[in-house]
Amino acid sequence: MQYYVLIPLLPLSAFVLNILFGKKITNIFGESFKIGAHWISLLGVASAFVLSIIAVKDVMDGHVVNADLYTWITSGNLRVSIGFLIDQLTAVMLVVVTSVSLLVHVYSIGYMHGDKGYYRFFSFLSLFTFSMLMLVMANNFLQLYFGWEMVGLCSYFLIGFWYEKKSAASAAKKAFVVNRFGDFGFSLGVMLVFLTFGTLHYADVFQGLPGIIGQKITVLGFRTDLVTVIALLLTCGAIGKSAQLPLHAWLPDAMEGPTPVSALIHAATMVTAGVFMIARTAPIFNASRTAMVCVMLIGGCTAFFAATIALVQNDIKRVIAYSTISQLGYMFMACGAGAYAFGIFHLYTHAFFKALLFLCAGSVMHAMQGELNIQKMGGLKKYMPVTYWTMLLASLSISGVPGLSGFFSKDEILLKTLASGLPFSGVVWVLGMLTAFLTAFYSFRVIFLTFHGKFRGHGELTHHLHESPPSMAFPLMVLAVGAVAAGFVGIPHSLGGHDAFARFLEPVVGEARSEGSVAQQWVVMGLSILASTAGIAGAAYVYLKKTDLPQMVAESFHHLHSLLYNKYYVDELYDLVVVRLFYRISRGPINRIVDGRIIEGVVNGVPSLIAWSAARLRRVQTGVVLHYSLVMAGGLFAMVVYVLARLWKVI
Amino acid sequence: MRFDYPILSILIFLPVVSGILLIFVSRRFERAIKWFALTAATLTFLFSLPLFMNFDKGTSRMQFIERHAWIDDWGTSYFLGVDGISILMVLLSTLTGILCVSISWYSVKDKVKEFYIALLLVEGFMIGVFCSLDLFLFYIFWEAMLIPMYLIVGVWGGPNRIYAAIKFFIYTLVGSVLMLVGLIVLHHVADTFDLLKLMNTQLPYNLQLILFWAFFAAFAVKVPMFPVHTWLPDAHTEAPTAGSVLLAAILIKMGAYGFLRFSLPLFPQASVAMAPVMLVLSVIAIVYGGLICLAQSDLKRLIAYSSVSHMGFVTLGIFAMNGYGVQGGLLQMINHGVVTGGLFLSIGIVYERTHTRQIADYGGLASVMPIFAAFFMVFTLASIGLPGTNGFVGEFLVILGGFSRNRLSGVLAATGIIIGAIYMLWLYQRVFFTSVNERIAGLKDVSLREGLTLLPLLILVIWIGVYPDFFLSFMGTSVNSLLARLHQGPLDQSNVMNGVISGAGAFVK
Repeated sequence: MQYYVLIPLLPLSAFVLNILFGKKITNIFGESFKIGAHWISLLGVASAFVLSIIAVKDVMDGHVVNADLYTWITSGNLRVSIGFLIDQLTAVMLVVVTSVSLLVHVYSIGYMHGDKGYYRFFSFLSLFTFSMLMLVMANNFLQLYFGWEMVGLCSYFLIGFWYEKKSAASAAKKAFVVNRFGDFGFSLGVMLVFLTFGTLHYADVFQGLPGIIGQKITVLGFRTDLVTVIALLLTCGAIGKSAQLPLHAWLPDAMEGPTPVSALIHAATMVTAGVFMIARTAPIFNASRTAMVCVMLIGGCTAFFAATIALVQNDIKRVIAYSTISQLGYMFMACGAGAYAFGIFHLYTHAFFKALLFLCAGSVMHAMQGELNIQKMGGLKKYMPVTYWTMLLASLSISGVPGLSGFFSKDEILLKTLASGLPFSGVVWVLGMLTAFLTAFYSFRVIFLTFHGKFRGHGELTHHLHESPPSMAFPLMVLAVGAVAAGFVGIPHSLGGHDAFARFLEPVVGEARSEGSVAQQWVVMGLSILASTAGIAGAAYVYLKKTDLPQMVAESFHHLHSLLYNKYYVDELYDLVVVRLFYRISRGPINRIVDGRIIEGVVNGVPSLIAWSAARLRRVQTGVVLHYSLVMAGGLFAMVVYVLARLWKVI
Repeated sequence: MRFDYPILSILIFLPVVSGILLIFVSRRFERAIKWFALTAATLTFLFSLPLFMNFDKGTSRMQFIERHAWIDDWGTSYFLGVDGISILMVLLSTLTGILCVSISWYSVKDKVKEFYIALLLVEGFMIGVFCSLDLFLFYIFWEAMLIPMYLIVGVWGGPNRIYAAIKFFIYTLVGSVLMLVGLIVLHHVADTFDLLKLMNTQLPYNLQLILFWAFFAAFAVKVPMFPVHTWLPDAHTEAPTAGSVLLAAILIKMGAYGFLRFSLPLFPQASVAMAPVMLVLSVIAIVYGGLICLAQSDLKRLIAYSSVSHMGFVTLGIFAMNGYGVQGGLLQMINHGVVTGGLFLSIGIVYERTHTRQIADYGGLASVMPIFAAFFMVFTLASIGLPGTNGFVGEFLVILGGFSRNRLSGVLAATGIIIGAIYMLWLYQRVFFTSVNERIAGLKDVSLREGLTLLPLLILVIWIGVYPDFFLSFMGTSVNSLLARLHQGPLDQSNVMNGVISGAGAFVK
């Protein structure tokens, strides 16, 4: 057995130990001294992190592993195994998953302190880490699906962690069910892959790919390209998990979960699984232009759509949630444009600055005693300097300020999209540029409203305002380093770098379609710097100088504002069209009419019919001799008539 | 494989004889009766283990055969044996027997002696159904089991038990009578009830068709397939916990088993010809059974309707008539027994404390009974087919089977995974989440006895989910030989696949 098997196995053992014995350990050591619960999980994820680093080093030395552990399902010529593929792409994901997970574990020690489900929280974090590792380390589609569903389950558990709250329980269910809509397509995609290639192993599938390009398949009467159908079905899954249009609605609600969960699952790792999957199956997407354009369009539209909503939200976590959806849109754009390496690059830088943003938001909530509304904050800078400076760095990074990690990855995506030459790439590029401006604007709206100006909350709250404990502040500082410097591994040629990140991933996902001309490179870079500075400056003007302006704008563009504020009424639409329809059909036509009236009518009707006719027939037996003799006489008469008729040959 | 002792007869008659012996015990010794029943059930289970361990997975032939002359003039004999299709059902029956005794320990307070007699008789007869290789013997067990089951529902059931019991009895009897007519016709033509001999008899197509429908009547009611499913919600809801568990875990599997054991091998051409009809009915059951769950306000009724949907997967797999489908269907039979059995046991556990089945009477149970909530969560997840649980493996294989046979049926069946998640998670939310309903405040969490009753099923959920190959390997050979018979010649799955791809689905047009 190789060491890498331990990478997912250690968090799994931590989960098993914690869920079985975590409560007992808590009881033994006392409520205030919950030493066992978090140490078990921490140990599990920390060793997974160390092993991941070793694995990355091995990959850099050129040792790519693709090995099966055991056979999971055998049926006919379906043979699925649990196995591991550790190549460059997996290596990147291993670093992202284990490092962010480790930091979130540390942060949670402080954040979840005193919660009655403390051990349960750490158990689920460990289970999540295991599942996410299984997902990224899979060497076949079905194991990917296993991890895919398992991370969804952990997300369900952790969104609904405070299950006594109805909103949390509903949000958890919504997340799971919306994802199931995506998984519906995904699972069909996996089956179609198997039926097409006769295997589910990535390597064998990609090897067989050239043979099926150009094959046709009939879907609902239309003859279409087989590879396109497979790619689009896989995209369905990715849309669900990565909260892209039109299945994005679950992610903002997922903010009901504890903030460390939002940082780990709903920003840095799980939601990026869709992007990872597309990059993993890049050869399939490369074989279908249609699918690529679809992915690119979905990404571009989602990025812009979510950014506009983020402009007007007041809930600090929801702003960041919409920002996550928007940034995931960028990653989709990149993948759709064939620049998978840059999608993954953005995934990697985004993991740091977005996790940091969430953890900072959690730190603010901690100080504000659970308050989320940024309109009731302000001036927090002097109370919580660590949180302020780290969050500022994260915001600068996401806004794409030159030199920080977000700048490198986003700039490359915009460039590669423009240069890809695919249909609609120009439109998507414009959307991307606009989004860059909006991103900077809403990010700094949060910074200014939260940390600058005067405190607008309850007066008595000011006594509670404080910096978070070291266990929470430390992860912020580590992540801040990441938010600033993570991008240095991918400095492009035009800025004198080596594009090392993309080169590293090239063996897996290939090169981008086009590097873009030198002119394009400079124009895109200039414009994106302009967009980010304009966004930040605009936010500063509106929220620091002319503080009454936002109110005026909201009032004069009343309809637009309420459209954005209500998130384009998507939730209401789904509620009306999907949810109610389901329940209506179920209650009325199915339960009451078909089952209740028709089937049960027949079932209860047949015995009733028999009983009814029996009751009628019974009347013949009256017990009155006169009646019987009358019938006898009638019968006799009829017989006589018949015989005579036969005799006289009448009949 | 053969033993020097008649292992299958022991499995059948150990519970039956124990039940008969109980008749002679005074009803005053309640404790002794319970322990006696538990011992009998446990011994039966222990005796079934050698079966498991000595089973030869490499052959599709019947194993552990016992044959004794019985009524020679009719061409019927006492003929028992198991193969890869039946062995797991036998094991599931012996395991379920123990769980049913255990869960009834305190919940059955009335006519205790008679209850355990009925329970043991049902167990023995059910094992008989799965072991019989003689159609006459099979029919006897099939009908005999109905009587104690009818009593369990009708005597120890809920308020509306009489209606439910009679409905259950009449429904199944009507189906069985048609099968009896079929049996007589079959005997008339082939002059034997011996299954193995009958399998070598080529019946004319028209006769096959008639017999297929006659047997269908019996099996479809038992499964139950749409539209003859409406006895199930009533029977499940009114039955005592042990009754619901027996119904869900074993009894409704007999229908699906009947298709595999009799309809497909005896009437192969008719089965192939009628498969499209069966696929349509299966898909309707999956979608319809799932949607109707959304309208239920009674815990047991909801799970009962979910059984309709899950059994739809089983019949879909069987009539997909390819390796994935049939193996998946068989595995799904076990899975459904484990999972729905577990859900009914769980509901029994809270019902014993609250005496209400209304979902609205619950809420916040996770805070009150956390261990119980964990058990129920695992069964819920298995029910919605989460990878890592047994439900996923079965559903995946069935949908894959359906998809490769007829793409639309696979797609429609896959919607079942969405609907399943909706109604099960909604149920879980209403019962376990949100603030604690005052009606259930202060309930005790599961006792050791209850925990031990649920634990074996929980282990099976994970075991089959993580390492299904162990279970699938029992079926492989038998399923392949069955399919070979259906398709006249070894089934070439690569051809099926190529057909799907290049043929591009004739049905969709």
